[in-house]
Amino acid sequence: MFSIEPSPRSANGAGGEAGSDMSEVVLQQAAPLSVAADRTRVLSRLALVDSLFRQVTRAAAVIVLVILGGVIVSLVYGSWPAMKAFGFGFLFSQSWNPVTENFGALPAIYGTVMTSIIAMLIAVPVGLGIAIFLTELCPYVLRRPIGTAIELLAGIPSIIYGIWGLFVLAPFLQSHVQPALIAAFGDIPVFSTLFAGPPYGIGMLTAGFILAIMVLPFIASISRDVFETVPLVLKEAAWGIGATTWEVTRYVVIPYTRVGVIGGVMLGLGRALGETMAVTFVIGNAHKISGSLLAPGTTISATIANEFTEAVGDLYTSALIELGLILFFITFVVLAIARYMLMRIEQKSA
Amino acid sequence: MNAAVQATKEPPTKVSVRSLDFYYGADRSLKNISLPLRTNKVTAFIGPSGCGKSTLLRVLNRMYDLYPGQRAEGEVLLDGENILDPAIDLNALRSRVGMIFQKPTPFPMSIYENIAFGIRLYEKLSRADMDARVEGALRGAALWDEVKDKLHTSGLGLSGGQQQRLCIARSVAVQPEVILFDEPCSALDPISTAKVEELIDELTHRYTIAIVTHNMQQAVRISDYTAFMYLGELVEFGETDDVFNKPKEKRTLDYITGRFG
Repeated sequence: MFSIEPSPRSANGAGGEAGSDMSEVVLQQAAPLSVAADRTRVLSRLALVDSLFRQVTRAAAVIVLVILGGVIVSLVYGSWPAMKAFGFGFLFSQSWNPVTENFGALPAIYGTVMTSIIAMLIAVPVGLGIAIFLTELCPYVLRRPIGTAIELLAGIPSIIYGIWGLFVLAPFLQSHVQPALIAAFGDIPVFSTLFAGPPYGIGMLTAGFILAIMVLPFIASISRDVFETVPLVLKEAAWGIGATTWEVTRYVVIPYTRVGVIGGVMLGLGRALGETMAVTFVIGNAHKISGSLLAPGTTISATIANEFTEAVGDLYTSALIELGLILFFITFVVLAIARYMLMRIEQKSA
Repeated sequence: MNAAVQATKEPPTKVSVRSLDFYYGADRSLKNISLPLRTNKVTAFIGPSGCGKSTLLRVLNRMYDLYPGQRAEGEVLLDGENILDPAIDLNALRSRVGMIFQKPTPFPMSIYENIAFGIRLYEKLSRADMDARVEGALRGAALWDEVKDKLHTSGLGLSGGQQQRLCIARSVAVQPEVILFDEPCSALDPISTAKVEELIDELTHRYTIAIVTHNMQQAVRISDYTAFMYLGELVEFGETDDVFNKPKEKRTLDYITGRFG
């Protein structure tokens, strides 16, 4: 042990010195070669990583298409018995009778479209108003708190809107708003039909209100974000020729951001069409079309949510799936129209 | 008395800036500025970046008013009326004092509408009168021949130089009295710059013009008076020939000969 110790040490020392000398020499001579070799190795590894990265992201994109296709196929497959049994009549029939297994989608389609229209009629002007106030008029110190509050509104789970709608909003509408509407429009044709009948509290109008509150944050915050993209100097130019804030907003800010605003509205509409939980709570779930907005109705998603567990017969289940297919189709058409409009606006302004 | 003496020698004063201070929050960015803008003359503002030239311009149409924390003290008289008075109608003021920006700012509408928009804010004109006014404004900006066949296409489709002349036409269309140019050529190529300069020369027949520029040759070419500003102070003001050929201040000489800035 004692004898061995010095020898490795000396060997080490000598070898180390020699090695370092040699490596210096080698480095000086072969530096370009070894760097090039290193670089090739690194590059080929990067190329591998790169191609892996490409494959992974492509797979992610393909998965979306596969899922979309899978949803369509299974919706069509599941609704096939109902399609065979009712044909196109399914779209126009008002009956919904689980006992005789006679189903029609019209009341649900009507309810879906009508509640969404009510929601958009309320939410679009209010949402744009909020966005304009926040970007053009609001004192700087209040912008952040109000903006954050609106975003929080979007984060409230829909079940909470449902509960609130059923226990707070519906009774309030029943005792205060609806009697006033009935009284106010009682003598005016068309409106007297729209606002006819006893104030139930729950019904199409209430569902429309709840939906309006739910889509409001989308419309407001997207509109605000796109309003903020307007270059300051463009607004100053408009102010610079003497335009008022209203004129700047109406003729410069909104035209400049039209595409984005429509996008936000369509996103809100998409949510209104498909919203299930809150609507199920307050719409009344009645399979009939009533002229009055105060009357109970139903929507596609509310019907499905309500009845899927009770659907015992195959045809019943199939009819519900076909409702789902119709909702899918409506949403798809809305988005397609939105895309088309955006495309046309872009072409026009380009 | 002094004014009477000046009047025999100098053209009348359109805008008179008196002891103007300007603050961004607590920062004093203009210090005791006093100078006149002569009627139907071009006054150039030169000086290194951040010296307050643009700030001064933005006081003249109260553009700073849109932003909290910015305020001006002193007096700015437009035809004898103090435009810093809080009671003044800002929209009316801005229709009298037009502004052209560094980057062209056509509105998101057609060429025709870009011009008609400003006019409509103040006047109700028949279709024919409006057409005539739009044509007149575009001719005034030497743009008519280039755009007369595409009046109803978007103003955003024009080249940068054309857009800038469209903005000038838009300003002219509302018949202002003073036009402020904030480095109008800094984003333009030399040919477009020459056209805009020619245009400014034309415009002096009818308007009082203030222009901020970093281009000394441009100041010499187009201005009658030059103000040299440095660090928020007005160092020298006088006829352009005097300021460039026999400056009174050493700092002015250093700047125009390129020794700093």
